[in-house]
Amino acid sequence: MKYMLLIYGNEAGMQAASKADIDQMMAAYGAYTEALKKAGVLVNGDRLKPSAAATTIRSSSGKMQVLDGPYAEAKEQLGGYYIIETPDLDQALVWAKRCPAATHGAVELRPFW
Amino acid sequence: MTHAQARAGEADVRAAAEAVTRQSYGKLVALLAARMRDVAEAEDALSDAFAAALRDWPVNGIPAAPEAWLITVARRKFVDAARRRRSSEVAADHLKLIAEEVEAGRKRDMTIPDERLALMFACAHPAIDPGVRAPLILQTVLGFDAATIAGAFLVSPATMSQRLVRAKSKIKQAGIPFRVPEGLELAERLATVLEAIYAAYAEGWADPAGTETRRRDLASEAIWLGRLVASLLPDAPEALALLALMLYAEARRHARRGAKGEFVPLTEQDPSRWDAAMVDEAEALLTRANGVGDTGRYQLEAAVQSAHIARRFSGRTDWAAIEALYGALLAISHSPVVAINRAVAIAEARGAALGLAALDQIADDARMAQYQPYWAARADLLARMGETAQARAAYQQAIGLEADPAVRRFLQDRCAALRAA
Repeated sequence: MKYMLLIYGNEAGMQAASKADIDQMMAAYGAYTEALKKAGVLVNGDRLKPSAAATTIRSSSGKMQVLDGPYAEAKEQLGGYYIIETPDLDQALVWAKRCPAATHGAVELRPFW
Repeated sequence: MTHAQARAGEADVRAAAEAVTRQSYGKLVALLAARMRDVAEAEDALSDAFAAALRDWPVNGIPAAPEAWLITVARRKFVDAARRRRSSEVAADHLKLIAEEVEAGRKRDMTIPDERLALMFACAHPAIDPGVRAPLILQTVLGFDAATIAGAFLVSPATMSQRLVRAKSKIKQAGIPFRVPEGLELAERLATVLEAIYAAYAEGWADPAGTETRRRDLASEAIWLGRLVASLLPDAPEALALLALMLYAEARRHARRGAKGEFVPLTEQDPSRWDAAMVDEAEALLTRANGVGDTGRYQLEAAVQSAHIARRFSGRTDWAAIEALYGALLAISHSPVVAINRAVAIAEARGAALGLAALDQIADDARMAQYQPYWAARADLLARMGETAQARAAYQQAIGLEADPAVRRFLQDRCAALRAA
């Protein structure tokens, strides 16, 4: 089955982080991506710019509006994703738990249709 | 099943067909669900197959391998449903597997692989809402309907039914596997599986007269599942202790009623009517469980049973030990049911006044207003203290809340004895 790992993190915390911390995190993500590739489960993945760069479109009373900012204001925002393919949820969970975000943020697993 | 049975009266065949379907339900749902990866679809296909059996078997006789017959028909129903959804390619893979297994089963003693444990652990998955895990196990493995489960878990049937549907959909949509997990994961999910087995046993135990076959089946099904888990996890003390607990209770099943069907409370039961073989097995299991260390809920509950059962040799009950065990249980569970039992033990060990004081501590719990054992315990303690008027009022409450006629009669007799005194 194909799953998307949605990575949520604290943007304010990220911005306040030291360069050393960021380097360490990037290295952790690099290693994680490599591991996914080697195991043959990675379909694709990428990181997203902070939610301040987001633009949201929604309709209210029949009128379409273009709004500055993310879909929902929240402390933790979507910051990236991986798409992986595993036989079942348990094996997807094994990979989700290894994702660096699982220790400092949250990872949501969603199956594809 | 033989040809002779096939020629028997139609009513007999129908009864036999119903017995086969009831016995095989959990096993067949588990096998189909594990292969189709879809619990709701498996249940639908199987219920169609059961309906077909009830039409076909009275006419053509019960097949030689009834479970294989049911699986074959269910498989066909599933293919039809899958075709309508145009996902027959996926379905074909699973069905080939099922067909192969059934074929292999025919050759080896006609046994069908038992996937019940795998199904139970899928239902106990952490990705499923915690409150619906045990109910889901009861429905899928034992075939409980939503209304019965709702009663046992104190929610409305509509709510329970909705939660069950959502949970089955989650298993399918999220790709929750049907397998017995290993290591830490196994330990985490075990508590849920044990809880469901115990709930099934409790439901089966609630028929002391033994008149409802369905319920008696549940008690033996629960013990069977308990054995399965205990054999799979010989080092898990709680799995061993739960099996012990069920066997202690089962050993006393018939002693709960006298010659005329009257209710006999545990303390007045004749130990010679307890099933000695079951008690011995339970004692051995509990000893093994205690040897592993890590005292849990079922170990404590089984130990209470063991303390009661010790009367068969010693002739007396060690109430101080029982009080201590309930004290330890209360610290783990904070359950008002445990608190009531502890109060009764305190009364036996140290006098009715102290027991009543312990009962007073949970008097504010709103659930107690409609809980029969609370009022029965209260009435008994008040009676012992000579508070006749209050005891009578408490007995009336208990009698009004009791559904079992034998227990009701027992309480009425106690209340009447109060009047005479």
